[in-house]
Amino acid sequence: MTKRERPWIMRTYAGHSTAEKSNALFRTNLGKGQTGLSVAFDLPTQTGYDPDHPLARGEVGKVGVPVAHLGDMRALFDALPLEKMNTSMTINATAPWLLALYVALAEERGVDPASLAGTTQNDLVKEYLSRGTYILPPAQSLRLTTDLIVHTVKSIPRWNPINICSYHLQEAGATPAQELAYALVTAIAVLDAVRARGLTQPELDEVVGRMSFFVNAGIRFVDELCKMRAFVALWDRITRERYGVADAEHRRFRYGVQVNSLGLTEQQPENNILRIVLEMLSVTLSKDARARAVQLPAWNEALGLPRPWDQQWSLRAQQILAYETDLLEHGDLFEGSVVVGARVAALEAEAWREVEAVLARGGAIEAVESGYIKQRLVESNAARLGAIERGEQIVVGLNAFRESEPSPLTRDLDGAILVVDPGVERERVEALAAWRAARDERAAQAALAALREALRAGENVMPPSIAAAHAGVTTGEWAGVLRELWGEYRAPTGVAGARVSGDAGQPGERARLRAELDRLAQRLGRRPKFLVGKPGLDGHSNGAEQIAIKARDVGFEVVYEGIRVTPAQLVTSALEEGVHLVGLSILSGSHRQIVPEIVAALRAAGVEAPVIVGGIIPPADAASLLAQGVARVYTPKDFALDAIMADLVALLTAHADAADAGA
Amino acid sequence: MDGSLAALAAHVAAGEKRAVARALDHVEDRRPASRARIAALLSALAAAGGHDAHRVGITGPPGVGKSTLVAALARVLRARGRTVGVLAVDPTSVRSGGALLGDRARMGFDPGDDGLFVRSAATGGDAGGLTFAAHALVAVLAAAYDVVLVETTGVGQTETDVERVVDTVALVVQPGSGDTLQFLKAGVMEIPDVFVVNKADEVALAERAAADLRSALGTLRGAGVAAAHEVAVLRTSARDRTGIDALADALDAHRAALGPEGLAARRFDGTVASALALFARRHGEVGVERLGGEGPARALAEAEARRGLPDVAVAVALGAWLEA
Repeated sequence: MTKRERPWIMRTYAGHSTAEKSNALFRTNLGKGQTGLSVAFDLPTQTGYDPDHPLARGEVGKVGVPVAHLGDMRALFDALPLEKMNTSMTINATAPWLLALYVALAEERGVDPASLAGTTQNDLVKEYLSRGTYILPPAQSLRLTTDLIVHTVKSIPRWNPINICSYHLQEAGATPAQELAYALVTAIAVLDAVRARGLTQPELDEVVGRMSFFVNAGIRFVDELCKMRAFVALWDRITRERYGVADAEHRRFRYGVQVNSLGLTEQQPENNILRIVLEMLSVTLSKDARARAVQLPAWNEALGLPRPWDQQWSLRAQQILAYETDLLEHGDLFEGSVVVGARVAALEAEAWREVEAVLARGGAIEAVESGYIKQRLVESNAARLGAIERGEQIVVGLNAFRESEPSPLTRDLDGAILVVDPGVERERVEALAAWRAARDERAAQAALAALREALRAGENVMPPSIAAAHAGVTTGEWAGVLRELWGEYRAPTGVAGARVSGDAGQPGERARLRAELDRLAQRLGRRPKFLVGKPGLDGHSNGAEQIAIKARDVGFEVVYEGIRVTPAQLVTSALEEGVHLVGLSILSGSHRQIVPEIVAALRAAGVEAPVIVGGIIPPADAASLLAQGVARVYTPKDFALDAIMADLVALLTAHADAADAGA
Repeated sequence: MDGSLAALAAHVAAGEKRAVARALDHVEDRRPASRARIAALLSALAAAGGHDAHRVGITGPPGVGKSTLVAALARVLRARGRTVGVLAVDPTSVRSGGALLGDRARMGFDPGDDGLFVRSAATGGDAGGLTFAAHALVAVLAAAYDVVLVETTGVGQTETDVERVVDTVALVVQPGSGDTLQFLKAGVMEIPDVFVVNKADEVALAERAAADLRSALGTLRGAGVAAAHEVAVLRTSARDRTGIDALADALDAHRAALGPEGLAARRFDGTVASALALFARRHGEVGVERLGGEGPARALAEAEARRGLPDVAVAVALGAWLEA
């Protein structure tokens, strides 16, 4: 038999509801031949809130598993041998805490922490730019990131302490060259900080060797394939030239992939499995730039949370490629290819120019704080959406080939997604109260005080965090100490400074909309004022940003609230700003609870402005929201922003008519 | 007077948020037909005997951290038991007439605080970094709160407009910003009442910036520029929340130094300037000519303002002179 390469690690990003249910899911997935665990945490856990915090309302157990304390960690890994697992945790702002809980669990089971293997994502830069689950200002975040790295390189040598994640940059609109550049400048910021801690060269070599990346692969799969080859070359150059890493093995670009969810469509969603397979090719075909681990989204992610069967379908796609085809029997397929070589070289050059541009601005942290990178991404995304809207970029089923036979897969649409039982939240709040009641309160408070002292003194965050995990401290309490010391950060939105992408949408349509807006402004006496915000903890702000920019471009005065606004903040803003329209963007599935609550609170405060909602909203939920006083619901299938704007003008005109009639 | 306006003014004076918001909506109304009602509302507010806020302008070039500084200052003032109204002004897009007002997101205030009110406004295409309604918006907030903070963007000539709606102007710069110094030396810039070097966490740079400013002011003083010797130069870090107490003190000290007469004179000048701008906005240069040119127009405006009228009413009165 031909000698085959060992396949990549196959993962499914999983976790939901409760630690117990997620544990059962892990065991099932491992039973199906999955070879590593990838844990998804819910948003309260990611942003450092306990399930009983007001901002956690509607979010507990939604996009991942809630882990509030050591007890949850025990349940999550019940009967799973930690010393044999390879556990990837998608966790960032609270990464030191989740690792501390994992280490504490190992210690109480008598497992040597030095034997643990896995990954903490621990990359805050992309949180500021796209995903939004940061807590602290960039400088303090970088300090904690560095603490975790320094701790693991000395105490948990098989741990990958950081996974530089450019995945979300592409979701935020990054071009391939931008994704390359911003991932690399992030790595440079981290390695510069690590080196400044006085590591020896062998230790630094070790950190570089343990550093991994998490990238995105979009549907333009030739470009994406070339992007991965460019990554390999640029990383080799940076680690050799800037950090003096001599061993080529340490300089190897190691990466995992989640292929692109952004291009998945709500229309004819069964086509998504084909997109997923094509995207997978770009990160597996090159032997010289092959992913170490691949996780695929499910075909119905644009509709809601996938069920186990949906995830199994994606896992099977990987297994067919790895085990049925002959891919793994060959060397690198593109070595010597003139076409691939030229494209790789072009991407390298373009990315390197952008790397230098960011370094000239003081590096990734500075370029985040000044809003430079964010602004570039917002502009790229506006250009991308404009191209789709004008039909220059074809998306099958969305702006072309839209006729479809009825799909048997979506016949029972509301059954085609997973709905988290709303009882989970109440149950977790009660479980948390029970945990607090049962713990040694004095020990917990002492551990928190020790953590505070250690952080003030500039000591490494890990040892006091592990002690706090043993003492029964909760996720919200741990993050509370950080918030108290350094405050909560608000990242630049990139929205205000973004240049108008002059060619987005249809030019004639924009002029018509502006004229309509002017007429409406005349009638109202003021320019229509539009409040846009993201309630809840979900930080994927790309949609809200694009709506805000588009609304500004057609003539609205837009009050952009950004992410993580509480219902009370939204109501206060709507009231104080005297807005004519309130827009809420929600992707985490918490709309069922949050939206009716906000509508009721607005009306109670005397704000009569119509409320519109955008996000991943299943049709049945949309109907229910409309029945509860929401004026419009927009979902990913409403890709034409001009059409949304026209609809909003019509809505406000009708609202003004009704007000005049009532007066 | 319209009874409902008097009632609204009374609710504003009592600091009720809904009333404050509605009054702000009223004065932002651009329809010519609304002017008389706006003037009546402003008079009603003056008569309602609400607060007589200290009006403070916080201005400076983009990116110096004004929003964060305003937020930190508002917190300090609240901690001192004073209520605060904030007016954050952002530019309007010339092409679309739209605007993105992103400042309040960065302020992160407690939504349950009844003693704090934030309103964003767009310049609406008016020159000078302020909306045409700024004077009236400030008047509404000043009736409802103890301190009004007006945040505007600009440096050089453009920020001088904020002077006519506030009692005290603080100019915010960041370390390493040579522009301010150049403007100051060239006499392009009006001298603010307080200089703030923000981002003082960059210690060495901030010290140098402050020293440079002091030396520039010294030069101006030597040249006999009157206001130069009264200008405080402060260092703050909105991020680390340092120097904010000193800033609050310096702002208070400036108002105290103005004295009742100085304050009245400054507000009178502001009302006249604002009224003339409103008049010119509606009737243009031709209108000013028909009043006999800039000098006579100003004299007329001063005469009207001396009767205690707000800027909108003065502008309406000047318009009436045209009809006469």
